[in-house]
Amino acid sequence: MRLKAGTYFMQGNEACVEGAIAAGIRFFAGYPITPSTEIAEGLAERLPEEGGIFIQMEDEIASIAAVIGSSWVGAKAMTATSGPGFSLMQENIGYAAMTETPLVIIDVMRGGPSTGLPTLPSQGDVMQAKFGSHGDYQVVALAPATVQDMFDLTINAFNLSETYRVPAIVLSDAEVGHMRGKFTVPRNIEVMERRMRTDKVWHDGFAYDESLVPRFPVFGKGFRVHVTGISHDIAGYPRNEPEVHEELVRRLTEKVLRHREKICITETYNGGADRFIVTYGSPALSAMEVMANDPSIGLLQLKTLWPVPEDAIRSIAKDAREIVVLEMNLGQIFREVERLACMEGCKKVRLLSKVGGEVHTPEEIVHFLRRG
Amino acid sequence: MGDFFDLYRKDRWPTIFCPGCGIGTVMNCFYRAFSELGMDQDKVVFVSGVGCSSRIPGYIRADSIHTTHGRALAVATGLSLSNPDLKVIVFTGDGDLGAIGGNHFIHSSRRNADMTVFCINNNIYGMTGGQASTTTPHRAFSTTTPYGNMEFPFDLAELAVTAGANYVARWTVRNVKELIGSMKNALVKDGFSFVEVASPCPTGFGRRNKMADPRQMYEWLKIKSVRKDKSELWRMDPVDLNIRGQITIGEFVDRRRPSLGSMLRSMLNEDRQENGD
Repeated sequence: MRLKAGTYFMQGNEACVEGAIAAGIRFFAGYPITPSTEIAEGLAERLPEEGGIFIQMEDEIASIAAVIGSSWVGAKAMTATSGPGFSLMQENIGYAAMTETPLVIIDVMRGGPSTGLPTLPSQGDVMQAKFGSHGDYQVVALAPATVQDMFDLTINAFNLSETYRVPAIVLSDAEVGHMRGKFTVPRNIEVMERRMRTDKVWHDGFAYDESLVPRFPVFGKGFRVHVTGISHDIAGYPRNEPEVHEELVRRLTEKVLRHREKICITETYNGGADRFIVTYGSPALSAMEVMANDPSIGLLQLKTLWPVPEDAIRSIAKDAREIVVLEMNLGQIFREVERLACMEGCKKVRLLSKVGGEVHTPEEIVHFLRRG
Repeated sequence: MGDFFDLYRKDRWPTIFCPGCGIGTVMNCFYRAFSELGMDQDKVVFVSGVGCSSRIPGYIRADSIHTTHGRALAVATGLSLSNPDLKVIVFTGDGDLGAIGGNHFIHSSRRNADMTVFCINNNIYGMTGGQASTTTPHRAFSTTTPYGNMEFPFDLAELAVTAGANYVARWTVRNVKELIGSMKNALVKDGFSFVEVASPCPTGFGRRNKMADPRQMYEWLKIKSVRKDKSELWRMDPVDLNIRGQITIGEFVDRRRPSLGSMLRSMLNEDRQENGD
């Protein structure tokens, strides 16, 4: 049973499980890894109750591969992991982008590189989420900061991935995943379904309209579609002509970027302030405390990281004298903010970066603002 | 199904395969097995990884997915679990299955995942131009073993038997009748069924091992292959025989263990009954 409307108290990873169920997940494949394991454990229990399939695979490569297979027979499918597992998934993320396979990945980020800090949070996978696989492609990446976000953004990830036929990644972190808190399940939850192919025309399984997103020719309905990671034409057949490859790669990118503003979710507090904090994920909670005590400071919280919410960042940069970016890495979204702020004439963009597995404290943020 | 080209995509002919390659024979045998069983190509999904043999699904007029190198069996696992009405058939090779996909091969066999796997073993990486694979014979030459292969080859069929597959057979492309029979047995089997086909690659393997003429490779397969009942299996370790270069052929196992999908579905049904719905 999906959670009834109401208020619940749960761990972030548990709220993610319930979000996935609310979005209509039918298949989960995963491999144990701290700090995401509770998502697999939760779905091992919850999915059979919903008539869905849970399977623990032999590694993360197999996990995302099984998710891809499941998606092609029409199931809403997901996997969950952390940095090292996310690294292993990169080749198949590129494959999913190339073959336009809807799927959701929950990456509960921990300190890296390598085994790093298995039990402590970081935001080190932001660049990897966008650029981890080879070639040019686009994904959608969302950043929850609260238990409520874990529920909401998991649903959102399914909706975006089904709508645009792209891998959608929830970039959570150990802090948000393991945090316990209150969240509300609304009465009406918007759940998007994949646009399915209905006609019986062969030889153009990847034909697209002005949305640039082809309708999905689900396996088993007689479409006889060929799916390949090789550059392919609208029939799905392997082709190596420059113009075929260029049309495909530009479309795969454009189909996400064209809908950038529909995909992007941000929250702006104290709009019009001349000093702004831009952040995402767990540092946003500390930033909120700073802002609550000082109305002269604005806060832009990014809930979408990829594609970058350009309009929201440019809009606050227009009037801002200074922008401070908070990240639990050495600066990954910072360059994007700096680039966009510069375009609006805001020259003072500073990074307060923190690695080591602790979230910025409000005091550290206040101190950093004063030092400026 | 009347015609070869009812199953294969004529608009994609000719294939990319070299003259003398064994894949054409395997495709022909598969067409016979598939049509003799009266299987419906709209109720089948073909899956492959990367390599020469992995190009076969692209030539079949059916839903087909050509995945990343080595991952075909993992993709096939997700496919068959999410739609048990579809028959999932994998075409793979010794590099795709034995090396980069080795772990998925072990665990798909162990799980008895619902799929039929046809592995065309040509003892070499053909598509990349003739590098040693996990089944390249000991001391054989390839572009990456210019002084001879100092490693020992893998026995893929033995691995599937040991790991728990429901059905395992191996033939060479010379044994077309037996191969068609085993393909049919594998296709109707529940759970994980595996047929390995020893196949010639004159371009990648033969040329560097004094068998550039396809006829020499067929002769080599004839000399090296020994039927299970005539082999020295009873007094020698099958792995030692493989290392010595013997290709043991025959049906190796025919089990009736419940498949992964059937186990998971029975668990779901029990769960529903307990909850009274």
